[in-house]
Amino acid sequence: MAIFLTEASKVIVQGMTGSEGSKHTQRMLNSGTNIVGGVTPGKGGQSVDFEGASVPVFSSVSEAVEAVDADVSVVFVPPKFCRGAVIEAVDAGISLIVVITEGVPVKDTAEFFAYAQSKGSSRIIGPNCPGLISPGKSNAGIIPADITKAGRVGLVSKSGTLTYQMMYELRDFGFSSAVGIGGDPIIGTTHIDALQAFEDDPETDAVVMIGEIGGDAEERAAAYISGHITKPVVGYVAGFTAPEGKTMGHAGAIVSGSSGTAEGKKEALEAAGVKVGKTPSATAQLMRDLLQSQ
Amino acid sequence: MDLMEYQAKQLFAKHGVPVTLGVVVENAADARDAAQELGGRVVVKAQVKAGGRGKAGGVKLAENPEEAVAKANEILGMDIKGHTVHRVLIAPTADIAEEYYFSFLVDRANRNYLCIASIEGGVEIEEVARTNPDAVAKVAIDPLVGVDEAKAREIVEATRFPAEVADEAVDLIRKLWTVFVEEDAGLVEVNPLVRLGDGHLEALDGKISLDTNADFRHTEHAAFEDSAAADPLEAKAKEKGLNYVKLDGAVGIIGNGAGLVMSTLDVVAYAGEAHGGVKPANFLDIGGGASAEVMANGLDIILGDQQVKSVFVNVFGGITACDAVANGIVSALGILGDSASKPLVVRLDGNNVVEGRRILEQANHPLVTLVDTMDGAADRAAELAAAGSEAKG
Repeated sequence: MAIFLTEASKVIVQGMTGSEGSKHTQRMLNSGTNIVGGVTPGKGGQSVDFEGASVPVFSSVSEAVEAVDADVSVVFVPPKFCRGAVIEAVDAGISLIVVITEGVPVKDTAEFFAYAQSKGSSRIIGPNCPGLISPGKSNAGIIPADITKAGRVGLVSKSGTLTYQMMYELRDFGFSSAVGIGGDPIIGTTHIDALQAFEDDPETDAVVMIGEIGGDAEERAAAYISGHITKPVVGYVAGFTAPEGKTMGHAGAIVSGSSGTAEGKKEALEAAGVKVGKTPSATAQLMRDLLQSQ
Repeated sequence: MDLMEYQAKQLFAKHGVPVTLGVVVENAADARDAAQELGGRVVVKAQVKAGGRGKAGGVKLAENPEEAVAKANEILGMDIKGHTVHRVLIAPTADIAEEYYFSFLVDRANRNYLCIASIEGGVEIEEVARTNPDAVAKVAIDPLVGVDEAKAREIVEATRFPAEVADEAVDLIRKLWTVFVEEDAGLVEVNPLVRLGDGHLEALDGKISLDTNADFRHTEHAAFEDSAAADPLEAKAKEKGLNYVKLDGAVGIIGNGAGLVMSTLDVVAYAGEAHGGVKPANFLDIGGGASAEVMANGLDIILGDQQVKSVFVNVFGGITACDAVANGIVSALGILGDSASKPLVVRLDGNNVVEGRRILEQANHPLVTLVDTMDGAADRAAELAAAGSEAKG
C-alpha cells in the first residue's frame, strides 16, 4: 500500500528540462519511479534521453494527463513560476502535487493551496520539501533511495536531512513511506494528514514523526494523536537550543516569545503518549525497542 | 525581515493608510532640530526591530526641544532585547481619544490569513486575549478573495468598532490589506490604531514583517536592510550566500540541511554539559551541494569568530555524496592554509560514506578528527572546545 505514492503512480516532472529537474528525474528513474513525462512550456513534442529511458516532454500538464494518464507531478520550477505551475496541475486534475521548489513566497503558497482546496481533488506536498518515497515502489522528489529499504515504518518530517538521517538509522527495519512535508509557514500536507494516512495504511506498523521549532504544528499533531491515532508514534523535535527571534534556516523555524519552542512541542507530544527521543539516534533506538518488543 | 516603526509607516503612507511620519534622527542635535520643527512637544521613540520598546524605556515624552535632546541621548545607544538603538523617531504628540489593536497575519494552522482586532489596544494583545478573550475578534480571510468591502465590514462588526468610526475603519482596513498583500508581508500590525480627538483614525505605531522569499518582486525592499545592526559575521555570511546565525558558544557548527543543523546544535549543547557547559557557536547550513568553495567559505566565517575553539562538521550525504564533502574539507583546509587553526571534528554518514572517510583518513590532516556517530562527534567537539578554552585561560 504505502501512503500517497505507490508502484501504480504515473509521475510527471514539471521543470524536467532544467538542471535540477533533469538531475533528479534520472535519480527517480534509477529508484524505480514510473516517470511518464516532463512538462516545459514551449518544448512539447520533444523527448529527453535518460539512462535507461526516453521521457516525452509536454507543453502543459493537461497534455500530459491526456497523453500518458499522469496522476502525480513533481514540481522543480523556479519560485516565481511555482504558483502558476501548481495551479496548472490542479486544473489538469493531478491528484498528488509534490512541490520541491525552495523560496516560494508565502502568499503564492497560500493562494495555490486555497485553490487546490476549492477544487478538492489534489493533495499538495511542500513547498520547500524533499518529497516522498515509498521504498521499492516509487520516489517523487529528491530523497535518496539507496540509504534504506522497504519496510513497515512510516516517517513524516519537516526536515529533509533529518528524514535521510532517520531512514538510514532504521535501514535494517525499512519504511513503508517517508514523507518530507517541508518547513515553510504554509504547507500542503501536515503531520496530521500523514499520520492519518499511516493509521489507515495496513502496511505501516508504527510512525516516526520529526518536527522542529516554530508554529504549533507539532502541538496540533499531538492533540490529533490522542484522539485518532492508535499505532505507536515515536517523535523527535529539533531546535532546543535555538534562541528567540532568530530564523533557523527554514522560513517557518523561528521561536517567537513563548510559542514555537522545542520544549513545548516535546511536552505536548509526551502528554499524547508519544515517546520523544533527545537526539536522532536516541529516537531511532526508541523505535527499534518498540518494534523488537512487538 | 522585520521592519522598524518608521519603515513600516513609510509603507503605510505609500498605500494611503493615515499616519504621521515624524523625523528619523541619529544624534541628539538633529533631535533638537526635529522637535523644533514639529512644534516643540514630541515623543522620542527608539527604532529597533524588537517589541516592548516602551517597557524597556525606549519611548519617552519630551516637553520641548531641550528635553528632546536629553531623551534622545538617553535612548540612543540603549540595548533593547539585544538590539542597539542607532536611531530615534521624533514624532509629534497625538491627541488620543481611544486606542485599538489591528493586525493581519499568516495563519499557519488554517493555512490562510487571519485578522486579529480589538477595541482594547495600546497594550499587549496577548494580555487582552488572556484576560478578556471576548474583546479580541478573529476573522479568517480566504487568500483567493482577500479583504473586500464586505469582509472589511465583517471585521468592523466583529471588532465592535464604534459606529462613528465604522466607515473610516472599513476604508483603513482595506488599505492595510493592500499593504499586506502588495508588499508580501507575513504580518502587518497596528498597535495602537487610535481615534484622535477630532474623530479620525490614525496608525500611531506599526510593525511589518516582510517575506524575503518575495524579494524577487520587491527590489525596493532591499533599502530596508539594516546593515548597521547586523552582526559583522552574519553580514559576511550573507554576502557569500550562506545561511549563518551567530550564537554565543565555543563549538563552531557546519552541517547540511536546516533540520540537521538545528539538531546538531542541540546534540552539541547536551554533550557540552559534560565538558564545562560549552555551547554551539553558530548555525550554519551549507545546503545540498557541499563544494570545496562553499566549505571553505563556511570554515572561513566560523574561524573568524574569536569565541570558536573547535569546529564540528556534521554531514549526512543524501543528495550530496560524502566523498565530495571530504574532498571539499581537504581543499578548504588547503585554501585556508595557516588561518585554519582550530581542531575540526568530522562526522560523515550516508551516500558514499566509505570513500568519504577514506579520503579524510588518507589526507591525515593534523587538525581533523573523524568520528563515526553524530553523538560521539558532538562529544569530541565539545571536549576539544573545553580544552581550547582552558588553554587560553
